[in-house]
Amino acid sequence: MLGSVTISLLGGFATTIKLFLLTLLFALPLGLLISFGTMNRFALLRGLVKTIVWAIRGTPLMLQIIAIYYGPGILWGGSLLPRFTAALVAFSINYACYFSEIFRGGIQSIPRGQYEAGLVLGMTRPQIFFRVTLLQVIKRVIPPMGNEFITLVKDTALARTIAVYEVLWMGEKYIKSAGLIWPLFYTAVFYLAFNGILTLLFGWFEKKMDYFRV
Amino acid sequence: MPVLEVNHINKSFGGTQVLKDISFSLERGQALAIIGSSGSGKTTLLRCLNFLETPDGGTISVNDEQIFDAANHAAVSDAEIRKKRLHFGMVFQSFNLFPQYTALENVMLANLLLAKKQPDFKKNKRAVLEKIEHQAMDLLEQMSLEGRMSHYPHQLSGGQQQRVAIARALALHPDILCFDEPTSALDPELTGEVLKVIRTLAEKHTTMVIVTHEMAFARDVADRIIFMDDGVIVEQGTPAEIFEHTQNDRTRAFLHRFSQNA
Repeated sequence: MLGSVTISLLGGFATTIKLFLLTLLFALPLGLLISFGTMNRFALLRGLVKTIVWAIRGTPLMLQIIAIYYGPGILWGGSLLPRFTAALVAFSINYACYFSEIFRGGIQSIPRGQYEAGLVLGMTRPQIFFRVTLLQVIKRVIPPMGNEFITLVKDTALARTIAVYEVLWMGEKYIKSAGLIWPLFYTAVFYLAFNGILTLLFGWFEKKMDYFRV
Repeated sequence: MPVLEVNHINKSFGGTQVLKDISFSLERGQALAIIGSSGSGKTTLLRCLNFLETPDGGTISVNDEQIFDAANHAAVSDAEIRKKRLHFGMVFQSFNLFPQYTALENVMLANLLLAKKQPDFKKNKRAVLEKIEHQAMDLLEQMSLEGRMSHYPHQLSGGQQQRVAIARALALHPDILCFDEPTSALDPELTGEVLKVIRTLAEKHTTMVIVTHEMAFARDVADRIIFMDDGVIVEQGTPAEIFEHTQNDRTRAFLHRFSQNA
């Protein structure tokens, strides 16, 4: 029994990890883009982006998942997005907004003198960002990012709201199908193991960035 | 022929005018020290020369070429400004070294980026990189930092960091090297090593503009002194004229305050 449950949960966990990784893939660059929006010199654009961030951070992720899955059908009567895609879109937008605030904090914490030193050396704005600022920002955002990554791993469980077969859904299934509750609790082992690996990775990366101080 | 000519520079922040009709010139190979109390506009003037601030009025010329004219500055592209500001090197009070690069990499970076834009860079890559590295090593040796080339900024003392910053500014061969209170962030015992380097540069006739609170140093090293107060140049002349034959009461009061505090 343990063997078959483990295999079926592993199948669910593959979906969990897929959702986790794809969300990062989209949310990290999108978050950086949004952070530029919240720091834009044009007040109108800045205000618009900040309003979006407020709306996304101010409403439950679960509601956003439901809205993106059912919304298009209700509004235009069209076909629904595939379940996994809908979840991925909701997670990417939601996490991008949280990431953007972390990036903004990181970017704004870099002393202006770094930027000015780049300017007087004849560097372009992109050169200053990529050659000077970015690595310092990355170093600064590692600890808060570690937090967000771990939260994301657990938040993927919300995808079960629209019946994405991630690990929690797979565990819960045994209650109805076999009257077993322990597979549900067993899912915790998968989360713990994966977050353990993430914690180690972040620790390693933090050490790797230890060669300089900001 | 003066290497630098500044004419009628004005600059306001909000409603406060911090530079009022500033004009001066500087001959090649001369060191100019700008002295004055905090808030007198010295640093803003230096930042205007480096295009870190944009003057509201006035012109700046280097080697008889007008590089700034407030009247048509809005039309000037970023690329042109980048090219023009390379006439000036800048050494900041707080060093502003790039923390993720070694001393050597800090000195090399700007030249590397400029070299990469050359069309024939790929062809001569190795030779170009070697030349840039050699030049950077040379400069760091001149700063007595031969043993510190692969150190990161946080592994260096303030005085060493500032010397790396001077080497970094010199690496681009600026016509005029600017210093913004280069020793104000340093412990007294580290001030000397930085001043020694600047003195050596002056002896080699590097054209320099030095904003400083080190009166004895300014008197000793500078060829010309400008005393600023409340956004205007109150008095300018040779060190002897300023320190021994002071004309203006405000200058006299400032120097008097300084000698009492020292």
